[in-house]
Amino acid sequence: MDILVLMKVVPDVVEELEVGSDGKSLDTSFLRTIINERDDHALEQALLLKDKHGGKVTLLTLDAPDIDDVLFTALAKGADRAVKICGVESVQSTQTAVKLFGETIAKTPGLLPVDLILTGVSAIDDLDGLMAAPIAQQLGWPYSGVVTQVALADKTATVIKEFAGGVRGEYEVPTPAVLGIQAAEKPPRYVPVAKVRAAMKSMTIESVDAPAVEAATTVAVQQMAKPQVTGHAEMLEGSPEEVADKICELLAKRGLI
Amino acid sequence: MAGNIWIVAEAWRGQVSEITFELLALGREVAGQAGAPLEAVLLGSNARELAQKLGAADTVLYADNAALADPVPENFATALAQLIKEKQPAAVLVPLTNLSVDVGVMLAAQLNVPFLNYCKDLKAEGGNLTATCVLYGGKMEATVTASAKPAIIGILPGARSVDQGRSDKAATIADVAVTLAAPKVHFKRYLESEAGDVDITQKDFLVAVGRGIQTKDNLDLAEDLAATLGGAVCGSRPVIDQGWLGLSRQVGKSGMNVKPKLYVTLGISGAPEHVEGMKSAQCIIAVNTDAAAPIFNVAHYGVVGDALEVAPALTEKIKARKG
Repeated sequence: MDILVLMKVVPDVVEELEVGSDGKSLDTSFLRTIINERDDHALEQALLLKDKHGGKVTLLTLDAPDIDDVLFTALAKGADRAVKICGVESVQSTQTAVKLFGETIAKTPGLLPVDLILTGVSAIDDLDGLMAAPIAQQLGWPYSGVVTQVALADKTATVIKEFAGGVRGEYEVPTPAVLGIQAAEKPPRYVPVAKVRAAMKSMTIESVDAPAVEAATTVAVQQMAKPQVTGHAEMLEGSPEEVADKICELLAKRGLI
Repeated sequence: MAGNIWIVAEAWRGQVSEITFELLALGREVAGQAGAPLEAVLLGSNARELAQKLGAADTVLYADNAALADPVPENFATALAQLIKEKQPAAVLVPLTNLSVDVGVMLAAQLNVPFLNYCKDLKAEGGNLTATCVLYGGKMEATVTASAKPAIIGILPGARSVDQGRSDKAATIADVAVTLAAPKVHFKRYLESEAGDVDITQKDFLVAVGRGIQTKDNLDLAEDLAATLGGAVCGSRPVIDQGWLGLSRQVGKSGMNVKPKLYVTLGISGAPEHVEGMKSAQCIIAVNTDAAAPIFNVAHYGVVGDALEVAPALTEKIKARKG
């Protein structure tokens, strides 16, 4: 039971984000990136399935600063092979990323066949598409998204998909299939730094040259800016005790306490 | 602008979803700017009576097909692709809900056009569509022109008010036919909301925790505050993903919509998926260490500070006041 996990890094929004000098993209000079949270869940779901059924988990990602740390961490968690697509500038279009991943999957020996391709259902920078559905379309495979559980048996994945209000749906998906993961069945596992260091010594990250793909052109960013705020909270300042006093006053005034 | 403006109506379990009316309101504005008719597309099985609720559209294109009875995104995407090829709309507005997002992305993939994501506003200007899209968890907005034909655009909940898109006008319904083969993916059944210990939608006071709560043990601070207020604890996605709270306590896109009298957030950044479920609370007080967190754009009162310090201080003060 083999699984390919497609991953990418995104800006860490815990940091302050600034607009670059072109006015159309992020200032990348001090940008800290982290693995797309949903991709981390896709990796965890793949590892949970490997724990249960055996097989191999392969990671495929676009080269980026700090990507090796992300890949070695994933290898230390239990992934078997890591491949990065090199020779691409920072890819800001999901459409372009889809083409890069799709071509690489088709042309790189040993990436296929697999039973499942898992990737995060979305990312915070997915402006012009989401990864999983167009990859499935290219391969002619079934697709299901917003997935929070996967069980495998007899060439069929039984998946649970989230709707709203806590209601979910159960689907049967013939494999091979592409799944967009919303959340793994368990939180992404923790791996100690020592294990990551050990992976750095004993394992290697493979590089493949990026295939030539046409850049996506039908969605053009004219401007990027911090949101213009129409309303903003009235800010309460002071020590925790002082703001607690102020909140109490407000609640009392509104008849809430 | 050549071509009509379409909105994809979302109907689920016998009801028209509220976001459908929000899309009708936005679509009406865009259609007016483009000088084009607004059409709603409703796909379903024995759902004609729902089509009648979409009178805000100039026409409702209604496809009735047994294969559209269950939520199988592949069937809905294929049906839409057939109708789009036949009728050539300029833009197709799709609800960005868990139910419809797969329809939108599969449709765009079938037509080999982009799926413009996270759109909160849309205008037709000089023959082009200009969208405002929310990126990076609400920390940036991109103004984007979409030139694909058709433009498939995912619209965030809350782009317009539901009331704006409701109409007493009788809908003009045009029946359309679609041909659907057996789908690759099969819908088996619904799994109903897990019965929780409390129904957070019925609580007047909610204390919501997010990633900033840091550890499961710190939930106690939120529980104490909620108990003092006479309410309950709920959470945003990261806390549910960690398994610290059950699904029945999740607020937002996949979880519950709540409208309490008081909603206190502890360490919640305010990603659009969470805000969707709590923005109608009567009084929102947000505590977060990040002064630029989007939660402060929807909260009535804000505190830049450590929720782990503010929450216990607030609990003590309320206890003291209540005696």
